[in-house]
Amino acid sequence: MADISIKNLTMNFGPQHPAAHGVLRLVLEMDGEVVERADPHIGLLHRGTEKLIEYKTYLQAVPYFDRLDYVAPMCQEHTFALAVEKLLGIEAPQRAQYLRVLFAELSRLLNHILNVTTYAMDVGAMTPILWGFEERERLMEFHEQASGARLHAAFFRPGGVHQDTPQKTLDELAAYLEQFLKFVDETEGLLTENRIFKQRTVDIGIITAEQAQNWGLSGPVLRASGVAWDLRKAQPYDVYADMDFDLPVGKTGDCYARYLVRIEEMRQSVRIMRQCLQAMPKGPVMVENARIAPPLRAEMKRSMEALINHFKLFTEGYHVPAGETYTATEAPKGEFGVYLVADGSNRPYRCKIRAPGYPALQALEFMAKGHMLADIPAIIGSLDIVFGEIDR
Amino acid sequence: MNDVLTELAEGISVKLRQDVVAHDIRLGELCLEASAEAIVRVLTYLRDDSACQFKQLVDLAGVDYPGRAPRFEIVYNLLSLRHNQRIRVKIKADEGAPVPSVTRVFRGAGWYEREAWDLYGIPFADHPDLRRILTDYGFEGHPLRKDFPLTGYVELRYDETEKRVVYEPVKLTQDFRTFDFVSPWEGMNLPGDEKARS
Repeated sequence: MADISIKNLTMNFGPQHPAAHGVLRLVLEMDGEVVERADPHIGLLHRGTEKLIEYKTYLQAVPYFDRLDYVAPMCQEHTFALAVEKLLGIEAPQRAQYLRVLFAELSRLLNHILNVTTYAMDVGAMTPILWGFEERERLMEFHEQASGARLHAAFFRPGGVHQDTPQKTLDELAAYLEQFLKFVDETEGLLTENRIFKQRTVDIGIITAEQAQNWGLSGPVLRASGVAWDLRKAQPYDVYADMDFDLPVGKTGDCYARYLVRIEEMRQSVRIMRQCLQAMPKGPVMVENARIAPPLRAEMKRSMEALINHFKLFTEGYHVPAGETYTATEAPKGEFGVYLVADGSNRPYRCKIRAPGYPALQALEFMAKGHMLADIPAIIGSLDIVFGEIDR
Repeated sequence: MNDVLTELAEGISVKLRQDVVAHDIRLGELCLEASAEAIVRVLTYLRDDSACQFKQLVDLAGVDYPGRAPRFEIVYNLLSLRHNQRIRVKIKADEGAPVPSVTRVFRGAGWYEREAWDLYGIPFADHPDLRRILTDYGFEGHPLRKDFPLTGYVELRYDETEKRVVYEPVKLTQDFRTFDFVSPWEGMNLPGDEKARS
């Protein structure tokens, strides 16, 4: 029989594909059903955030962070607020720190609900997304009650949080959390021992601990590979040091382990939120420094200085002393970092955003190799990719 | 915390005497300045030495300083999970002179270097796949340079007659304005200020 040479088929996956979680164009080199090489083309959602921030004052830069990972907006603001606070040499008041931790964990719930349920849909389960989005909408109501916006909150600002959260909201949130755990249990009941779900995820896209570190992965992806690393524990910021919670660590590093880690993280987040709600002190939510915090509306009616300060803060903004910092927090997707260079003026000189999804998507290259085409959506789903932060 | 960093910095400077130009600790963050040719050696040492163990390259950023002689700075942010430590390594780079790629040391550096090439035009030698990454196919220029205008040079729209997306020179209905509000509110000394401060 004569030798037949078969040419590999090059195939486009996306940019419009429901399982691509956004605008991912994946150029796949296929050998039959098997992926030989995956080349992600990103940047279709590139908006030049880093360039725009260089032209804005520090306060005006905050809303851009909501638009990075729009699934968990407040966690991005958290990093930026901490970075600016570090350069300014200030610390947010206690109540602000508690509120930040509370809402950062709420954002984590928002993120993990979206990821787990859409991931389940990618591999064929329809029910979790219908249940999950109901809960997600309830959580967003709390998000809205605190910040005034369902999505783009601009709530965590350098120096504290924008406004105090009413006690009524906090009480309602505490009551809601009881019910939320039931949702997590029910979702697990649908998926964890589900035969189809396990067929699609177990032993798919395995990452070893060594690979995970070499490729710069972080967050649930790193933890699923058996590395117990969480910035909330290792380099605690705000009041995470006082919180008591466990780190779920996976054993196998496959898609299934990443799912399990996220499910358990939701339970731990609820634990942290409960502690926050219990220990929440009273007091101011913004530093008491007229050069950084805007004055109260009532004060502006009476005090001339307050009016001047208000005007200057929202036109010129505050000056940040020259210096640079790399500050990172544990966002739901992993280490979200901001490398901020200040030159002493009212605008950042350079603001490099380190998005956790960026190295994760890069790692798709080695994870996809040798897998079937149908496994690609499972791998992409388990990496928790959102294009707002990858393309910036 | 700072003692540990000082010790670490001195240990590294002794071991890599020729390669590390300077080090300083500010805001509790250790920053090394290395020479560009030696970057692969420096990062390999930082990754493998038992006192360092910086096994993760968390970030690589380009910074543009148009006023300086080698124009760009490349900043490597490393993380050691073992010692729970961060370190920052900086090198200087210029438009024409390629910088050695560190993809051999950290596989994850690939996309970060492509990004630095795309946005700043810093070339990397021995990079396995140095293409643009974030900007459009066929994009010209390097948008994060300080001399690249915020509004860019071209805009695109769908052309109904040609039935495709076309690029056109950017037209602004209103000129681009930067509001520079720097004023005596802060950072300026006026006569009589010394009385207020004392």
